[in-house]
Amino acid sequence: MVKEEKEIANRPDNTAFTQQRLPAWQPMLSAGIVIPGFVLIGLAFIGIGVALFVTSRSITVLEIDYTGIEKDSPCYKCSDSDAKNCVCNLVFSIDSLFEGPVFFYYGLSNYFQNYRKYAASRDDEQLSGDLDAFTAPSDSCSPYNYNSNDKPIVPCGAIANSMFNDTFVLYRVVNGAKQLVPLDGKGIAWWTDYNVKFRNPSVTPLKNAFNNTVKPIFWPKPAYQLDTSDPANNGFINQDFLVWMRRAALPDFRKLYRRITDGDYAKGLPAGNYSLTIAYNYPVVSFDGRKKVVFSNVSWMGGKNEFLGIAYLVVGSLCVLMSMVMLIVYAKFKFPEED
Amino acid sequence: MGSVTSFFGGLCGKEVKIEEERLFRANDRPYNLSYQYANNAIRTSKYNVFTFLPLNLFEQFRRLANAYFMFLMVLQLIPQISSLSWFTTAVPLILVLSITAVKDASDDINRHTSDKQVNNRMVNILIDGELKKEKWMNVQVGDIIKLENNQFVTADLMLLSSSEPLNLVYVETAELDGETNLKVKQALTVTGDLGDSTDLLGHFNGEVRCEPPNNRLDKFKGTLSLDGQTYSLDNDKVLLRGCTLRNTEWCFGLVIFGGPDTKLMQNSGKTTFKRTSIDHLMNVLVLCIFGFLASMCTILAIGSAIWEVREGSVFTVFLPRDQGVGAGLTSFLSFWSYVIILNTVVPISLYVSVEIIRLGNSFYIDWDRKMYYPKNDTPAHARTTTLNEELGQIKYIFSDKTGTLTQNIMAFNKCSINGKAYGELFDFSGQRVEITEKTERLDFSWNQLADPKFIFHDHSLLETVKEANPEAQDFFRLLALCHTVMPEEKKEGELYYQAQSPDEGALVTAARNFGFVFRSRTPESITLVEMGKQVTYELLAVLDFNNVRKRMSVIVRSPEGKLTLYCKGADTIIYERLHPSCNKLKEVTTAHLNEYAGDGLRTLVLAYKDLDEEYMDKWRKRHHEASTAMDGREEMLDELYEEIEKDLQLLGATAVEDKLQDGVPQTIEQLAKADIKIWVLTGDKQETAENIGYSCNMLREEMKEIFVVTANTPEGVKEELVNARRKMCPESADEPSVISSRAGLFWLQKIERVEDEKVEGEYGLVINGHSLAFALEKDLHLELLRTACMCQTVICCRVTPLQKAQVVQLVKKYKQAITLAIGDGANDVSMIKAAHIGVGSVVRYGHAGRSLFRDGYSFAQFRYLQALRAGHALSYPMCKSYEYFFYKLHFHLVVQFLVTRFFCGFSHSPVGAANVDTVRDDGKDIADYQSFAAVGADLPADRHERGRILRQVHNHRAGGKKRRQFDFRLGTEVITVGCTCVRPSVIPQRP
Repeated sequence: MVKEEKEIANRPDNTAFTQQRLPAWQPMLSAGIVIPGFVLIGLAFIGIGVALFVTSRSITVLEIDYTGIEKDSPCYKCSDSDAKNCVCNLVFSIDSLFEGPVFFYYGLSNYFQNYRKYAASRDDEQLSGDLDAFTAPSDSCSPYNYNSNDKPIVPCGAIANSMFNDTFVLYRVVNGAKQLVPLDGKGIAWWTDYNVKFRNPSVTPLKNAFNNTVKPIFWPKPAYQLDTSDPANNGFINQDFLVWMRRAALPDFRKLYRRITDGDYAKGLPAGNYSLTIAYNYPVVSFDGRKKVVFSNVSWMGGKNEFLGIAYLVVGSLCVLMSMVMLIVYAKFKFPEED
Repeated sequence: MGSVTSFFGGLCGKEVKIEEERLFRANDRPYNLSYQYANNAIRTSKYNVFTFLPLNLFEQFRRLANAYFMFLMVLQLIPQISSLSWFTTAVPLILVLSITAVKDASDDINRHTSDKQVNNRMVNILIDGELKKEKWMNVQVGDIIKLENNQFVTADLMLLSSSEPLNLVYVETAELDGETNLKVKQALTVTGDLGDSTDLLGHFNGEVRCEPPNNRLDKFKGTLSLDGQTYSLDNDKVLLRGCTLRNTEWCFGLVIFGGPDTKLMQNSGKTTFKRTSIDHLMNVLVLCIFGFLASMCTILAIGSAIWEVREGSVFTVFLPRDQGVGAGLTSFLSFWSYVIILNTVVPISLYVSVEIIRLGNSFYIDWDRKMYYPKNDTPAHARTTTLNEELGQIKYIFSDKTGTLTQNIMAFNKCSINGKAYGELFDFSGQRVEITEKTERLDFSWNQLADPKFIFHDHSLLETVKEANPEAQDFFRLLALCHTVMPEEKKEGELYYQAQSPDEGALVTAARNFGFVFRSRTPESITLVEMGKQVTYELLAVLDFNNVRKRMSVIVRSPEGKLTLYCKGADTIIYERLHPSCNKLKEVTTAHLNEYAGDGLRTLVLAYKDLDEEYMDKWRKRHHEASTAMDGREEMLDELYEEIEKDLQLLGATAVEDKLQDGVPQTIEQLAKADIKIWVLTGDKQETAENIGYSCNMLREEMKEIFVVTANTPEGVKEELVNARRKMCPESADEPSVISSRAGLFWLQKIERVEDEKVEGEYGLVINGHSLAFALEKDLHLELLRTACMCQTVICCRVTPLQKAQVVQLVKKYKQAITLAIGDGANDVSMIKAAHIGVGSVVRYGHAGRSLFRDGYSFAQFRYLQALRAGHALSYPMCKSYEYFFYKLHFHLVVQFLVTRFFCGFSHSPVGAANVDTVRDDGKDIADYQSFAAVGADLPADRHERGRILRQVHNHRAGGKKRRQFDFRLGTEVITVGCTCVRPSVIPQRP
């Protein structure tokens, strides 16, 4: 008996895995599958493309540049870097109802938030409320980690330092009287940023956490005073701060400023004249940048984006075209089936 | 590794100068020590505790992949350059390094323990005239050691003396070359006379001069100088380490080579790393990709410089520049950053993935039950991981015959006695009955000494013997007397035969079962048990076998005093020496012989002759004179033999089946269907080889012609080859068309190839060793190649191991095709090493050919070749993996390079969270490739058919003329590009 056992000691196990009997499937790319497959994929792409394109066309966008390079621009006076606390007024009119909910963006061009050194210039530990990082910001923030007196800067880094600080107030002009359009600044940042990634230190009052630190050089007010109207909207979880800290992927970008959802404006902006009062603080002229405000509504596919629809249409048509070519090639050079 | 140690050795100035000749004296340790020959300690381990870490790391970083990852990691540690955090590279790298290190360490620990165990074995050494037990590792060159039966040979020894008559020693060489039959070694008479006298041996002061250590197992050249006389030493007088002493009580030997110098050790370890064609292609591609990467990084660096000057110098409000860092430095740094960020372009991870796929595949080979041989419990074993993907592309198979195509088990199958044929079964109507496993076997239980494993089916033969038919009895008596087999009777009644050739063993076993049991032998007598009665014959002379005589005879005197010469040999030889009175019998027997040959059986003809006392006396005297003569001994003996071996009386003929392994003909048929050409390279004689060719379906009756090349001059060989070619293809050009082209890395390698020539119908070619030697010469080898490659089957007989390798190399060189060599013995090693893929046909698991089949595959049966080739060929899944990889590369590249770069100021911002990317990519890659490979390897299609298609697909990809497959990959490319365009735009616009 022992001998018998010994004799089969080296026999491989009989399992589906060792004997390579696991179920497997492999597509056989024959003409009968590939050509119809291409047609189907192509048609699906064209369908999606048409839907995207039509939806995108229905979205209304209103863009107004207020950089103030041109002499006739209302903000011309403010574009001079010497002007302090400059306010300019932008007047525009809407012909028909601007369907809501309307999103109010500010836009910057020729602005490289995606530039590697800029993008890396932040301290995520600090932004997550780590008090150790308050006293010793990371080197990645350099040169915005300490001020000239060797005091730590909080929040440190180039991104925070360059936070967009123009503010806007929108009025509807009815019979010459200005009517304030309420702007909603809640919930404009990413949920994860607001709830997970950015945390205020658990110190009350918040101000105490910032003892022995200084505000970023370009900031007029420290982080705990970003929103004087709402104490909960301060520090690192200030919505505008969060929006800014989420870097744009391309050098021409727009960021959400407010939503217009309240009261009379829930259905959108009615036709009429509007006046936008801009506190012009943010310098862009030195690097040929442009600033603009954008009003837009959104659809199920997001904001206006005609390229996406077109891309789908092009790829879809290419697929169909390829299937035609393959069909012709197949018909002409039909190869005898393998036996 | 060797180069490393020699490098370090060179540093320390300890480089040993190359030994040109070995010279030493027996029993003279001080003298021998002056030459600093290696002692018998072996060291197969690579590291010790202190050297492990540095050496192992050095080893590992010599691999391109590891070095590249290391380089990347160093780059990532530089903060100005780093764009991904360093641990994205470090984690996988450290993981790979430590797994490999652990594996290496455990391997090395095993080697250490086995070294220790071997080095501490005990052996008797003769020191100062006394035998002392010593450890193996303390044995020195020039020592005399004593070996006992069943002991391992300690070192390479020159045989001095033995317990057996004529100073013979029997050794088993399975450990060394996988051959299980015993081999005979014989000492010189001068040394043999020393016997086991420790006194004489202690004063033996011969001086040996011989070749330096080498790895040729079948050759030895040297001389022994003793008392002013010089004797030549050859392979017959040398016992090699790794052999086992059998059937020999004791023997004494003089140590020639010890430890690392022994032929066993010289044969091991030096593995030539076989690379596959995909590897080569891959290396070329990777180099191209490196170039591509460098140029891309350069473009981006230039772009970065331009951007710095034009835009970056302006965009300073929110991002002040560092002092003193100009555009030049920035762009230089960004070059390296791009090297990091675009590292996915370089398919280094593919190397790792491919390794894993191959490793997995070799496990599948080890696990495959279809290649497990239950009879001796031998699973298949892949000793290589690299060659798997070439299995599907084999075009030429070179096979050994004995032990590979055949089982190397001879079975006494049929015989013809006095004109009557036995061994076939007929039913009542006289129809021949097929003999199968189920056919009733003869019952030999009446004979207590019978071998239970012997199988015979024909009752009439047994009845004839039992009826005391004198011819039948003489027939078996002859078989029991005329041979060189050694009996071994460990227990009463349990006989084992040690035969030098399996044929002889089969014949003696047949005689044993039919009641003529060969029981024991002394130099002067042979004892048989004839039908239960013990009879001792006096052995007067043995006229032994050699290749010229092709026959063997014994002259015996029966207890009754009757003198008889019994002779067996090749039919042609014996027929020349028959008495005219047997002419009629001869005709009948010839008919039987032809029948047997047609069945692929090995035949021998038996004859006898009664001698009278007077003549015998005279002959013996002359025989004695001749065998002691100093000059012309051989010729005189031959003459004497010739004289007595005439006027023989024909007894009959035997037919021994060289049993084919199961499924060999079917396998060969399938391989032939897959367009694979099979060449049999065998040391056997032409007739045997042809017989086997027929019986395993390689030579077929329906073949148009089978050419036989046997000429003995270069001109003759050329003529025969050219004639054969003319017959097959009359319009073929006189001069072979050799196409020179370039291949390999940067097309630096020059290759020459000879195109296949189309031939109508199937032909076979048989060429013998002499002719082959001429045909392999420079001026004829192309003729041989052209002619041979036109034939479906090529059989080379009487070939030496070197010629086997030459044939393989010839085909490899001029056909640029993947070759596979399969064999089981030492004589096949050179061939196996020469071929792309080596397969060892092993007898016992874990044992045979330890030194032989270092890389390649091993399994027990020839028929598993088909399962291996068709079931585990990796080329197709591998190609798919590569394709998939490059598809993925496109994807990354276009996104990273074309789209993103131009929008972020040529800075090296990664797309997305890159560290997550890297880890996910690596994991996903491996999983993807694995599933690709696994799916590809496991198509349940008809396997041989698939194998054929695979090869065709491959050929087509390699630039074959016919496009057999409609290629749809272009379509996939379109989708790739399409998706790539879409991808950046589907990155959601921020709300």
